Amino acid sequence: MQYAPSRLGRGNALPGTPQQKSIEPHLSLSAFLVQLLNGLASASSLFLVAAGLSIIFGVTRIVNFAHGSLYMLGTYIAYSLVKVFGGGMLGFWGGVLCAGIAVGLFGALVERLLLRRLYHAPELLQLLATFALVLIIRDFALWTWGAEDLLGPRAPGLGGAIDIAGRQFPEYDLLLIALGPLVLGLLWLLLTRTRWGTLVRAATEDREMAGALGVNQAWLFTSVFALGSFLAGLGGAIQIPREPAVLTMDLTILSDVFVVVVVGGMGSIPGAFLAAVIIGVLKAMCIGIGIGNVSALGIDFSFSKLTLVVEFIVMAVVLVIRPWGLLGRQQSIPRGAASVEPPLYLPPPALLKGLAAALLMLALLPLFSDRYTLVLLTDILVFALFAVSLHFIMGPAGMHSFGHAAYFGLGAYAAALLFKHAVPMEAALLLAPLVGGLGALVFGWFCVRLSGVYLAMLTLAFAQIAWSVVYQWDAFTGGSNGLVGIWPANWLASKTAFYYLALALCAGGVILLWRIVFSPFGYALRAGRDSPLRADAIGIDVRRQQWLGFALAGVLAGLAGAVHAFSKGSISPDTLSIPRSVDGLVMVLMGGIQTLTGAVAGAALFTWLQDSIARQTEFWRALLGGIILFLVLAFPQGIAGFIRERWDARKDAE
Amino acid sequence: MESVSHGKSRSESNEDDVNLREKHMIARRAFLLGTVTLAMAAIFSDPAAAQGTIKIGEMNSYKVFPAFLEPYKKGWELALDEINAAGGVLGRKLEVVSRDDGGNPGEAVRVAEELLSRENVAFLVGTFPSHVGLAVADFAKQKKVLFIAAEPLTDKIVWQNGNKYTFRLRPSTYMQTAMLIPEAVKLKKKRWAIVYPNYEYGQSATAAFKELLKKAQPDVEFVAEQAPALGKIEAGAVAQALADAKPDAIFSSLFGADLTKFVREGQTRGLFKDRVVFNLLAGEPEYLDPLKEDTPAGWYVTGYPWQSINTPEHKKFLAAYQKKYKDYPRLGSIVGYATLKTAAEAIRKATSLDQEKLVAAMKGLQVDTPIGRITFRALDHQATMGAYVGRLGVKDGKGVMSSFSFADGAKFLPADDAVRKMRPAE
Amino acid sequence: MTETIVLRVSNLSKSYGGVQAVNAVSFSLASGELLALIGPNGAGKTTCFNLLNGQIAADSGSTEFEGRSLIGLKPRQIWRLGVGRTFQITATFASMTVRENVQTALLNFHGRLNSLVSLAERLYVDEAIELLARVGIAEQAARPCAVLAYGDLKRVELAIALANRPRLLLMDEPTAGMAPRERAALMRLTAELARASAIAVLFTEHDMDVVFAHADRVIVLNRGCIIAEGKPAEVRANREVQQVYLGSGSLFGAEHA
Ligand SMILES: Nc1ncnc2c1ncn2[C@@H]1O[C@H](COP(=O)(O)OP(=O)(O)OP(=O)(O)O)[C@@H](O)[C@H]1O
Ligand SMILES: [Mg+2]
Repeated sequence: MQYAPSRLGRGNALPGTPQQKSIEPHLSLSAFLVQLLNGLASASSLFLVAAGLSIIFGVTRIVNFAHGSLYMLGTYIAYSLVKVFGGGMLGFWGGVLCAGIAVGLFGALVERLLLRRLYHAPELLQLLATFALVLIIRDFALWTWGAEDLLGPRAPGLGGAIDIAGRQFPEYDLLLIALGPLVLGLLWLLLTRTRWGTLVRAATEDREMAGALGVNQAWLFTSVFALGSFLAGLGGAIQIPREPAVLTMDLTILSDVFVVVVVGGMGSIPGAFLAAVIIGVLKAMCIGIGIGNVSALGIDFSFSKLTLVVEFIVMAVVLVIRPWGLLGRQQSIPRGAASVEPPLYLPPPALLKGLAAALLMLALLPLFSDRYTLVLLTDILVFALFAVSLHFIMGPAGMHSFGHAAYFGLGAYAAALLFKHAVPMEAALLLAPLVGGLGALVFGWFCVRLSGVYLAMLTLAFAQIAWSVVYQWDAFTGGSNGLVGIWPANWLASKTAFYYLALALCAGGVILLWRIVFSPFGYALRAGRDSPLRADAIGIDVRRQQWLGFALAGVLAGLAGAVHAFSKGSISPDTLSIPRSVDGLVMVLMGGIQTLTGAVAGAALFTWLQDSIARQTEFWRALLGGIILFLVLAFPQGIAGFIRERWDARKDAE
Repeated sequence: MESVSHGKSRSESNEDDVNLREKHMIARRAFLLGTVTLAMAAIFSDPAAAQGTIKIGEMNSYKVFPAFLEPYKKGWELALDEINAAGGVLGRKLEVVSRDDGGNPGEAVRVAEELLSRENVAFLVGTFPSHVGLAVADFAKQKKVLFIAAEPLTDKIVWQNGNKYTFRLRPSTYMQTAMLIPEAVKLKKKRWAIVYPNYEYGQSATAAFKELLKKAQPDVEFVAEQAPALGKIEAGAVAQALADAKPDAIFSSLFGADLTKFVREGQTRGLFKDRVVFNLLAGEPEYLDPLKEDTPAGWYVTGYPWQSINTPEHKKFLAAYQKKYKDYPRLGSIVGYATLKTAAEAIRKATSLDQEKLVAAMKGLQVDTPIGRITFRALDHQATMGAYVGRLGVKDGKGVMSSFSFADGAKFLPADDAVRKMRPAE
Repeated sequence: MTETIVLRVSNLSKSYGGVQAVNAVSFSLASGELLALIGPNGAGKTTCFNLLNGQIAADSGSTEFEGRSLIGLKPRQIWRLGVGRTFQITATFASMTVRENVQTALLNFHGRLNSLVSLAERLYVDEAIELLARVGIAEQAARPCAVLAYGDLKRVELAIALANRPRLLLMDEPTAGMAPRERAALMRLTAELARASAIAVLFTEHDMDVVFAHADRVIVLNRGCIIAEGKPAEVRANREVQQVYLGSGSLFGAEHA
């Protein structure tokens, strides 16, 4: 038996083929109603987890990347407990509740032992610490529960379905629908009717003021972290009848939860509820509508595919219209010691000499190193430029970006696509950065209108939207598979030749950015960061300056992406995914956000660690997390910051 | 670091105390950093290369897909033991240098580079996700190095993106879909709903299924199509949307957590009642085992019913595997085992580690695997490995394939002409 | 000295919810003149400054600088026209040295802010030092702003505000946080500058000694309304002003009593 395919590898059949005609949007009123309920059921668990994150952020200002991991722990622990307790009424609910409590206690422990030490560290350093926790918790779960997905039992007495509008609707989902508002109500009571709640609200509104009121901050922070973790754990635990415990659920939920918190307004619990409902229901509706015919594009488009990105579209729209989320308020800018940026001096001659020597060494390296060292160094150079371009907007310009990979990826894809469309490699390499810059110009225009975490989340939303387009546009970008066959021209085919190209472009890009930091343009950026008020009063258009800075960083990230594409011969949507953006953040923070050379040190260290650790141990993720934690605790100012400190200390001693 | 010890011993002032303490702190940190660096250098320095062995470079996304790849690793480790116990190949022992590629094409290419240039491996095997497989395949073409893709299912790796140096072991998306078609055609269901994970594998499976079914049964209608994001299915909503389309039958290519969620929601909501369901891969223990008593009896699936395969070669493999690991094999174990057997056979046939000779040897190479003899087709470098097609059932609270037959991969490939048309000239 | 009117404000109003922060305020200011805007806490002084330099938009009324309406202009545009400003709570660039703070303003004044290649630190050094010398902190030029004493920051602010060679200076409590002797010195300096360069100065001040020693004219604001205007001596004698200030008791130098 043989079947001859005429056309394969595309999800959508050609338009107008007969079978497609029968697929039409079919959302009757009753179907709509039940999809609404589906959306509400999903929203409940999302809300629980998001409420936890929101409270934690509101009071401690920690961007807790490990929140998804706490959720995952909740699911795993609940699975195990219910197994031990038995699936009876008491066993099930006891297990679920205990799982939440266990995660809450774990959260308190993390706060006391780890995060507490970092409150006076530079901004976002806690983010790095929580990122390390993600790695460690993931491996811990793998080690404890194994790789296989674990599906829990159905809830006792709620395992069946009841008839709603002629459809079978799970009883457990009804319970979830009720649980969301119930938790919202309980939280509201807790926050408005107790002294503790008053303190939490005061701290959310103004951290210093709460401190001045004589609130025992340490205790407040711990208890808030415990409550937030408890909610995350509970949110995970109540999922066991609906979905299996899986090792990837930490990151899967994390982005969703961030979106919910930001759309609702950071620190606003009702906002989180509203946002969870909006996103849950919208997703269900996209699925309910199924396939509609978007005739303008002449192709069938399945709305269900939108579920990939719909929450990020919502977030982008909300943030553009309401810069502080639906129910959020403008963040009070923390005026603590941590937020004052240290002075930035022109590098002393000794440092310049050191850098020149390092550059010389890099240039001479191919004479006596093996080929793989060059390959690894090429990667390091690429990521160094990527990290420096991110640092450029995070440090001097004071705009945190969680979506910098977008410009890296745009550069990479532009290079690949130009090359595929017969543009010579050399020209593609030069044009691609402009595409990265153009992307940054477009996205940046919206982003610079926001500040703080909102700005960061908008960059993330844009990056995800760009990613989802690249991921789904098979005909142009190669879809999820990406593009292959992007090899450099013959004269660059040898590793050594390409290494020199990478060295020239990346080191050149890094030096250019560093130089710009000390140029009038760089001063204007720093002015806008240090005091927007003063900058405005001396005639600086802060937004415009930030916008141009953003675009400039986009150009150089794009250059890094283009070099990356030709060094690998292939690219995939991974190049502009969240993990790539997070890698950039980790590099910048590890190296030290307050020093210029930090990003380079961070990129080198992180890439080298990943390369060497992944080779050696099975639980390399946890080891990497452990090393990052160690670095965070030992050198809160970053590697480069530490070296500078030591340098200064020695000079003072002389 | 010693700069601290010869500090001013005389000075008693407070300020100096603070300075000294600070310096101590800094020195301590520097010391720690130094120690860590040294320790890491010691741990990570290259192990002395074993002399006289033939090294094979293996790479896979171990940490991203542990459920599939842990058994896979056990599979090739078992094969490695067997090959070396039998004296190795060409009189030399085999050695596998295994790396985690992070599930990321960029990293995978770097790892491949490291395996080739630093570890001097003879050639490359492995990879799991399609985009990583394709990237490494293209790298192999560029470097003119043999690459045996073990796991990737994408049709493109041997067809549209096929190249001289890349061979693929597992039956592809197209083949496995085709294996389900005869049963689907027999049932004569008219209205079909489709659900697939929204990336290349799901898209290809859906396209192939529609095309093949349409050809065999022209009056078929596809009444709904759901493409949830991979790993993020809203199972309740999807189940209801499918039910609302009132299909007679469902074709799904979901797997992993998506499948588990879909099964549970669908069962609670009565989606599968009186409906035929086909699900690619759902009979593979990796995806079937988590379902336990929820296993939907009666589904048509491709898979690996390890408990009930009674061929002598499988029995032998099963016994050896269980003896070594005190665990039963998953499909990944078969793939891992067969991958290394293939590597060994290729070297044996080529009697050399020369890439051109290895590639020549791979063409038409026959390898005995626990699920029968396979041939790497000279035409498109696809192995004829088969899969088991059957129906799911529940036994002692566990999912099994209750009735099944073996589908020989060779019979589910397109006509040679069609293949030639898709594959670029070498 | 010829009396050219630099700033003309008429019927300026701004309310926050129910609070009428500034209520139909009108006055004018001539070049070289020092006009003190005084009033108890919360009277609306800072709001007035914010309205004048475009930081917030007025509900109604008009402001004219050298005959040009300032309504609808942004702070940076108003700065461009030749208006300098200092803040009640100092706003300087903490990551820069004192000199760089002034240089940044100078760079923009000379239209060099978008240069990507030159080294900012090497540009307009002399001019910056000269400005700093004028306000008396040249010797601190190399120190980072973050470590400066509050009084010195106020001087830096003044130097920054002078960088665009303004014809109107808006100074919101320029001497707050300074020792009494320093205050007098800074205001004397300001007065000299104003007269020498024909700069019109609008300033607020809680220290009445300073006000009466240096102001050419005084406006008294209470709850957003002007309740008195005139020569220092006239205002001091005004009964309503005395009543308003009884509560705070600061009008007659009670602070130093
Ligand atoms: N952004 C704002 N929102 C609401 N009310 C405001 C705002 N800014 C000022 N106000 C109110 O307007 C009134 C005038 O405030 P303003 O700061 O102008 O007073 P001031 O005269 O500068 O006082 P001080 O001497 O304390 O500096 C006050 O009642 C104040 O509470
Ligand atoms: Mg004021």
